[in-house]
Amino acid sequence: MISPTTEEMVTITLNGKEVEVPTGINAVEAAALHGQEVPHYCYHPKLSVAGNCRMCLVEMGTPMRDRSTGEAIFEEDGSPKIGWVPKPVIGCATNVSPGMHLRTESDLVSECREGIMEFLLVNHPLDCPICDQAGECRLQEFATDYGRGYSRYIERKNVKPKRTRLGPRVTLDDERCILCSRCIRFSQEVAKDDVLGFVDRGSFSTLTCFPGKELANNYSLNTVDICPVGALTSTDFRFKMRVWFLKETKSICTESSAGCNTIVSSREGVIQRITPRRNDLVNDTWMTDSGRDLYKSVRSESRILRPSVKGNDLPLKDVVSSAVDCLRGEKIGFVVSCHSSLEEQMLAKRLVSLTNAQTFICGHFGDDDGILLSADRSPNLRGALVTGLIDQYPNDNLADLNDAISEGNIETVFVFDEDLILSGVSEENLQKVSMVYLGTHSNNSSRLADVVLPGLSVFEKNGSFVNRSFIAQAFEMSVPGPAGIKSQVEVLTDIISKLSEEEGISSDLDEVWDIFNSHNQSVLAGTKFSNLKKVSVPIDGSSWSHLNFVEKTALNYRPIESEPK
Amino acid sequence: MSEQSPKERRIILKYADDPAYSNRIDCYLRVGGYQNLKKAFAMKPEEVGEEVLKSGVRGRGGAGFPAGMKWKFLDRKSGKPIYLICNADESEPGTFKDRQIMYKDPHQLIEGMMISAYAIGASQAFIYIRAEFHEGARILNRAISEAKDKGFCGNNILGSDFSCDLVVHRGAGAYICGEETGLIESLEGKRPNPRIKPPYFPAVLGLYQCPTIVNNVETLCNVRHIIEMGGEEFSKIGKPNNTGTRIWCVSGQVMKPGYYEFECGALTLGQMIFDVCGGLRPGRSLKAVIPGGSSAKVLRADERFSGTLKDGTAFDWGLGDIPLDFDGPMSAGSMSGSGGIIVMDDTVDIVQAMANINAFYAHESCGQCTPCREGSLWMRKITQRMCSGGARKEDADLLLSVAKQIEGRTICAFGEAAAWPTQSFVTKFKDDFINKASETAENRDPKSLQLI
Amino acid sequence: MSATVKMENLLKLSAETLAKIDEVVPKYPQKRSAALMVIHLVQDELGAVDDTACEWIAKRLELQPINIKELITFYPMLRENPWGRKHVRVCRTLPCALRGSYGTCKTFEKMLGVKEGHVREDGEYSLEFMECLADCGQGPVVIVDEKTYENIEGERATKFAELLLDGKLDGVEEFKSYEDSLNQQIPKQ
Repeated sequence: MISPTTEEMVTITLNGKEVEVPTGINAVEAAALHGQEVPHYCYHPKLSVAGNCRMCLVEMGTPMRDRSTGEAIFEEDGSPKIGWVPKPVIGCATNVSPGMHLRTESDLVSECREGIMEFLLVNHPLDCPICDQAGECRLQEFATDYGRGYSRYIERKNVKPKRTRLGPRVTLDDERCILCSRCIRFSQEVAKDDVLGFVDRGSFSTLTCFPGKELANNYSLNTVDICPVGALTSTDFRFKMRVWFLKETKSICTESSAGCNTIVSSREGVIQRITPRRNDLVNDTWMTDSGRDLYKSVRSESRILRPSVKGNDLPLKDVVSSAVDCLRGEKIGFVVSCHSSLEEQMLAKRLVSLTNAQTFICGHFGDDDGILLSADRSPNLRGALVTGLIDQYPNDNLADLNDAISEGNIETVFVFDEDLILSGVSEENLQKVSMVYLGTHSNNSSRLADVVLPGLSVFEKNGSFVNRSFIAQAFEMSVPGPAGIKSQVEVLTDIISKLSEEEGISSDLDEVWDIFNSHNQSVLAGTKFSNLKKVSVPIDGSSWSHLNFVEKTALNYRPIESEPK
Repeated sequence: MSEQSPKERRIILKYADDPAYSNRIDCYLRVGGYQNLKKAFAMKPEEVGEEVLKSGVRGRGGAGFPAGMKWKFLDRKSGKPIYLICNADESEPGTFKDRQIMYKDPHQLIEGMMISAYAIGASQAFIYIRAEFHEGARILNRAISEAKDKGFCGNNILGSDFSCDLVVHRGAGAYICGEETGLIESLEGKRPNPRIKPPYFPAVLGLYQCPTIVNNVETLCNVRHIIEMGGEEFSKIGKPNNTGTRIWCVSGQVMKPGYYEFECGALTLGQMIFDVCGGLRPGRSLKAVIPGGSSAKVLRADERFSGTLKDGTAFDWGLGDIPLDFDGPMSAGSMSGSGGIIVMDDTVDIVQAMANINAFYAHESCGQCTPCREGSLWMRKITQRMCSGGARKEDADLLLSVAKQIEGRTICAFGEAAAWPTQSFVTKFKDDFINKASETAENRDPKSLQLI
Repeated sequence: MSATVKMENLLKLSAETLAKIDEVVPKYPQKRSAALMVIHLVQDELGAVDDTACEWIAKRLELQPINIKELITFYPMLRENPWGRKHVRVCRTLPCALRGSYGTCKTFEKMLGVKEGHVREDGEYSLEFMECLADCGQGPVVIVDEKTYENIEGERATKFAELLLDGKLDGVEEFKSYEDSLNQQIPKQ
């Protein structure tokens, strides 16, 4: 890529005004930092520069110097004489240098934009009424802002393959393609799966895969995100919803400890799609395809919709009372979860100390793809560490719990969302203990539980996670949960106040943080949820550097060298 | 083969058409071949470069950039290998001079390349030859192995510790491979999409992102002659800033089309067409001339050109007075380009000629950047429609507007090459374009040739 | 070498072509650069480079098949479907057009019985109306297989087509190709 960023600033003149910009960035970014939009298609901050759409043409000049003496030349009024480059230059490939003059608004620049806009529309089909991209289409936006406003083209438009299957999740319409090559560069540079290319030439160039091959890698939908027009579209989202109806909320992907920042788009309480959100420290502008599907579990058949005791649906406060009764016993074990939010883990810690319980945890692991799907398939394992819930690295099973039950050391189990049978606890052992299950979906163990408390999924509540780079990130509620279901934080606060007989414990997330920080010395001191909502906070993970984290080197992540402690 | 004109000064083509001369190395050695390679190797590489700089020789591929200065831009400090590429992808319509050199006197090119490789420190050299020159590639390969056998090429040239392997690489029929960065991309095995400059100047980031020099066949042959007579002597041939000889290729509607090598500025365009090439066909009159390959702006037969030359003298020329060198056609508002002079007489329907040229550029556009890709095809569609009965009066201005939107906005000079013909044809022959709208089957000129 | 031997089962290339490919690939500092040359060699033997050949070449050069398909569809001289047994190319660009190449193409279409850009039904002849062939001074220029013929227009074009159809083109003095006109002999001292 052409533009490395440093902290050093340079002074350039942008449209007649002197401004400061970081050295090494290109003209498009420099203008954006000062509120001037330079329209562009093929440029993307996370991909190599192609420079082929020519939409970002700007005027560039440098102060003139005498050829022989090297002295600066001045105008009559004392200002330096500027040597403007006779042809416009592309902003994405022009890196700022001290004293550079840029014009992003001028007659020439307007003409360039009108011209390029006209050329792009010349062979573009009139698909807006049926095109998914409408409402978030850069061709529409820039045509409105910078185009000529009328067409002079009376010839026939090129015909190319339409609505073809490029891969299992991506649909390709070649007529709409403006040949910016973002998708090709992405596949080669980020997804490292070189399957896309242009065939034929000139205006008949067509994007395609080799016959028999498909765009099927786990990052294929990112090409849909970056396609500036409706050439590449998501087959899942096709014709579902017009984008201007969508409400967008910020969330975090729970597929793995990568912690990709996401945008959840919903309308009237129903989630329509998930797309990535830019975070230069975590996921750049990408996320996995598999992570986008996770919202579908919100409405699955196995969703627990009502609280119950021994199979009988009861009002929530009664079920909470039963849970509290279970926790008044001895020999209690908490099976905490790497999927729980930080706030839930803070409250779990409080409960653990209130009940003198043992803590068990099961890790979920898989293959690391070296990009954004880490080997740790849970979003908040590190949360369990930094809250002090656990101090050892989790195993991928609960054999220790199984043994503890077999030896008679555990008689009551409080489970957060885990399927104990799949994790290695025998059904026989589960029959022996009394079990409280707090989770979103039913499974083998919830069916055997005495008390079942429904919870909210990540899309239905607020909270935060700590990702593989030890960055604490907040997620926000996108849609309301099923009727009558309270968040895990509210349920846990209820249980705590009944157990401790303390009145008026707030379930406000900031209060949860404050209470936690006042009772614990941890690396989470000094911050709270509403801070994380504004900006994610890196926290000090050095105390755990001796643990064998399973994640491998990946995008924006390098594993810390594990030091023996 | 062309009939040689007595006023020619054949330096490059001295032996090419000699019936006693073949393209084998024995012939070349007999006329002093590879002596100048020995002479160059006795000099330091910088000294060879100095001679080329002193000679003032300008590129003969179309751009006319001084070769010595191009070599000076080479990044010799990067530590990366340096490459020399000979651009033998002769595809500019109207040009057919490099073919004569490669088919008839290939060793001259090889010697010129080895001297140049020595001067710039190239570790490997390539000849990118167009695929339509099937036999040319075979001839060059045979010549290279002949040269290798005698130590003039390959490892340890002339027993020195300088080695430079020479590889012939065939193209596959794309005009854009004649653009230097398009050529480099093609040589790397990718689609020949030209690169953006900055930052990919070949002298710094060329083949495999290593410093590379790309020169035309004729330019590299001149290097051998520059070493023979010395840079200063060479600079005395021709005119100041227009040194050496040039091979002009005349085609179109003249009696004796062909290739002719003259000193720069030794004759005018009128002398070339009417004396050397025998004038037009009987009964015909001159309508237009394209002086430098189809990318150059067209000149009307009855146009006058006036202004001031670089040296301060005023000029006032008719078409026939334009001196044939680099600066002459440029002063007349066109360019000498690759030296391909295309002559059109009064039987030519200018709109059809335009349509023919537009179809060429639309077909050859690589499609990478928006203005050239869409603009060239749009212009082709307009002129094609105009020639099949659908012309409108406003099409002339539309063509000019579209061409203006391409010029200066593209990645490579192909944009200008596609836009200039349209701009010059429509501006200078505006009436022809406007009147096309009122052409019918009845009033169509019966003697006009089909050109599209 | 063993990888080549295994792969040749997928694509029936002669030992000669395989040897030429093995010779040409190491000449380039990077394998990918040999792509055009390898494609030419494969096309010269098989007549065209279809998808199977594409995959073979990609594997040989350690590339993806799409990288080869991109090249074959870009360059007019590389084909996915073969031309006829005898392929005739006529130049259509301005200098040749000014000397009657459109008439030449029409004559050939009529006499050879095939439209430009197509292969005749029986696969014997194909006709291509191409861009500048770089011999404009002696236009209209016609290339048949690998030989370049000059000044083929009007009556000459008709005669040329007749000789071509009769298989009697070679050796006719009136239509000596550019290549055959070169002085290839080393003259005696």
